[in-house]
Amino acid sequence: MRLPNNILGIAFIALTLLLGAGGAYAAEGTNGIGPNPAKAEKGEQCVEPVDDMRRYHMNYLKHQRDETLREGIRGKKYSLNECIDCHAAKSPDVAGGNIRTIKPFCAECHQFAAVKIDCFECHTGIASPIKKGNKPPMPSKHGKTDQEKDALVFGMLENYLKSKSDVGGVAE
Amino acid sequence: MASIDKNTYKEVSGNGGDYLSLIAWLGVFAVAGIGSAFYMETQGHVVTGMTNQIVWGMPHVFAVFLIIAASGALNVASMSSVFGKKIYKPLGRLSAIMALSLLAGGLLVLVLDLGRPDRLDVAMLKQNFKSIFAWNIYLYSGFFGVVIVYLWMMMERRFNKYSKIAGTFAFVWRLALTTGTGSIFGFLMARPGYDAAIMAPMFIAMSFAFGLAIKIIFVTSAYRATARPLGDKLLFQMRNLLGIFIAAALYFNIAQHLTNLYAPEHMGVEMFILLDGGIYTILFWVGQILLGTIVPMTLLFHPAINRSCQSINAASMLVIIGGIIQVYIIIVGGQAYPMDMFPGFEVTSTFFDGSIHSYTPSLPEIVLGLGGVATALLIMMLAVKYLPILPASLSDAAIGPANITTDEDA
Amino acid sequence: MNSNNLPPITEEKIDIERRRLLASGGAIAIASGIMLYGGGAGAREKGQPATSAQRWGMLIDTTADKSIWDTVVTACKREQGWGGGNNPATDPQWVRKVSIKNKSTGAEATLPVMCQHCANPPCVDVCPTGASMQRADGIVLVDKHICIGCRYCMMACPYSARSFVHEPVHNQKPHMPRGMGTVESCTMCVHRVDNNQQPACVEALEAKGSKAIIFGDLNDPDSEISRAVSAHVTRRIREDLGVEPGVHYKGI
Repeated sequence: MRLPNNILGIAFIALTLLLGAGGAYAAEGTNGIGPNPAKAEKGEQCVEPVDDMRRYHMNYLKHQRDETLREGIRGKKYSLNECIDCHAAKSPDVAGGNIRTIKPFCAECHQFAAVKIDCFECHTGIASPIKKGNKPPMPSKHGKTDQEKDALVFGMLENYLKSKSDVGGVAE
Repeated sequence: MASIDKNTYKEVSGNGGDYLSLIAWLGVFAVAGIGSAFYMETQGHVVTGMTNQIVWGMPHVFAVFLIIAASGALNVASMSSVFGKKIYKPLGRLSAIMALSLLAGGLLVLVLDLGRPDRLDVAMLKQNFKSIFAWNIYLYSGFFGVVIVYLWMMMERRFNKYSKIAGTFAFVWRLALTTGTGSIFGFLMARPGYDAAIMAPMFIAMSFAFGLAIKIIFVTSAYRATARPLGDKLLFQMRNLLGIFIAAALYFNIAQHLTNLYAPEHMGVEMFILLDGGIYTILFWVGQILLGTIVPMTLLFHPAINRSCQSINAASMLVIIGGIIQVYIIIVGGQAYPMDMFPGFEVTSTFFDGSIHSYTPSLPEIVLGLGGVATALLIMMLAVKYLPILPASLSDAAIGPANITTDEDA
Repeated sequence: MNSNNLPPITEEKIDIERRRLLASGGAIAIASGIMLYGGGAGAREKGQPATSAQRWGMLIDTTADKSIWDTVVTACKREQGWGGGNNPATDPQWVRKVSIKNKSTGAEATLPVMCQHCANPPCVDVCPTGASMQRADGIVLVDKHICIGCRYCMMACPYSARSFVHEPVHNQKPHMPRGMGTVESCTMCVHRVDNNQQPACVEALEAKGSKAIIFGDLNDPDSEISRAVSAHVTRRIREDLGVEPGVHYKGI
């Protein structure tokens, strides 16, 4: 009696997917159903709580992509490049494990949920390397406002430019 | 008021080996077309002959031909419903089915050629209403709805009385549709080969000819294959109409070229098409004018030969071939001639500015285009098998005296 | 530049783009090109949208030595990550060196041609989905998120400024997503402009001591470009079409 078994099996899988993917999967941590993606290689705290990100990351990214590209609003909270910067990891499947890419991280859930993502048809998923021996201790959370981050960057730039002009102007 | 449709329509049996093998072949071409599209999407358009200079190629030639033929195919139905030419009434249902299937085939090719066909939902959901393309999305999808309603009015005896109003609406819609298709090119101000309001009416005249030519071939083949009677009256009537449509398309073509020839700024592109454009000049004079216009006009109007079904069929086939060539000259020829970015200057660059752009169609894009044609024919073939579309008889007796209007009949 | 000269990046996580700029030998770029925050009328606060208060444009001096335009093309390739293919007919070209010769007088000139960032861009008008778009500050872009690859914009552009990506793309720049099946063109280095930097081509020319391209705000009467275009007659390519390009040329 193969057929009834198959039907039962399909029904069970369907039920599991419905209950599992909808509810348990989005909850923090794991209860044994669904993937439990690795913690970010860098950083302690994402820009939003984990279960919030699991549920809504696509909305955040999509909303901000339109603001950034179409309106020119820069430096806001949800940046795909920052996702990549924290969540990219080396994987033996990608370039022999020599580069950090976010694709394995995305794939953990997206394969399970069978949701094809379009992001990396155009965006690079490759992160810049973390410097050896100088791995930056990440802030406990993304606490800086955009203005504070900018002030920091431009303060560093100004110091740098000043140091250059002290030794005889702009060098090439 | 339009009268009740008294013709008898019968499904074709469709069990013969010829029918089934034709269906199979059309299926093979349709699947091959979709396979080509998949190949183009995964490998990139580098596997086509299209480039950054010839950005639209063979798929667009087929798609545009099928789309304008679709609106033209409806015309025979309009002749009866709108203009009261009762003789065309038996072909009303077939006209609507042909219009639907040709449009479906054309749109299939157009959509599958997109760089990102997977984003078709975006085209449906996000629209820029200043774009003639966005208008066409409504014109094309609306055409399906309008023609399906029209077909229903024609096929449901109780609603026959509404077929005139539905037919009139469909006729106006198809004029808008072909205007929209012609305007895709007419609105391109930067390209000397386009940028002309005459594109819209010329496309309408072309559509009349292409659509009727396809209809003549389909009807004569179907009636021969099913051994149903097809009288000379209807055939000759369509023959005369086709001749007029070819002449109308030629008229708009002459008007366009004469206008361009008068303006020194357009002399370059005119000389390119008419005199020294190599393959495009040959295609124009031999393909479009000789094979697509003069020969079929002779076949249709010369009293010594114009009474044979073979002549009329040959003329129709030539109109189709000449039509595809004409669309090719418009689409590819119009891009092959370089844009005049610096009038009065010779221009050269690594991006081929100022030089004639070359284009060699590749197999995948031709197969995609043929896939669209096969899909259109497949829908027609299945429709005549499963729906009462084709009249049991088109004999002279069955269709009644020519040129009697439905108004007299009502 | 070696990385010892760079300020230490240890304290805080900072915007990845700028961090990369610092870390990747972009020090030349910073030193010569940046218009620091608050300096210049063009600056706008982070988190604020681009507005029509600005109209970014370029003035290109076609009397400059024609070899200088290779610098422009090279800088653009490096910054945006295009180039390197070997199919000339299908490889994207965001900017190209065009040589022109007057048919009656024989006078010649060479000039770079790229997206002209029209005020009335035909590519934006014809795009069915709104992917071809114009920012409030006049920069014309392709929103590749919704580009379906129909190429109607390429048919409409009077300048052949746009390219279709015919082949798979790998190793894109983080700031410049590029993908097969979509259309692309010069962005006027919008990612740099939003960061109060000049486009990469302008900066590369300045690094060579050339002012052959001036970039700036055409709406600001005191900007260098506004003063230059008001002092000398400039021309824009195919001005007769009424598309009002933002790129001016001097010397043709």
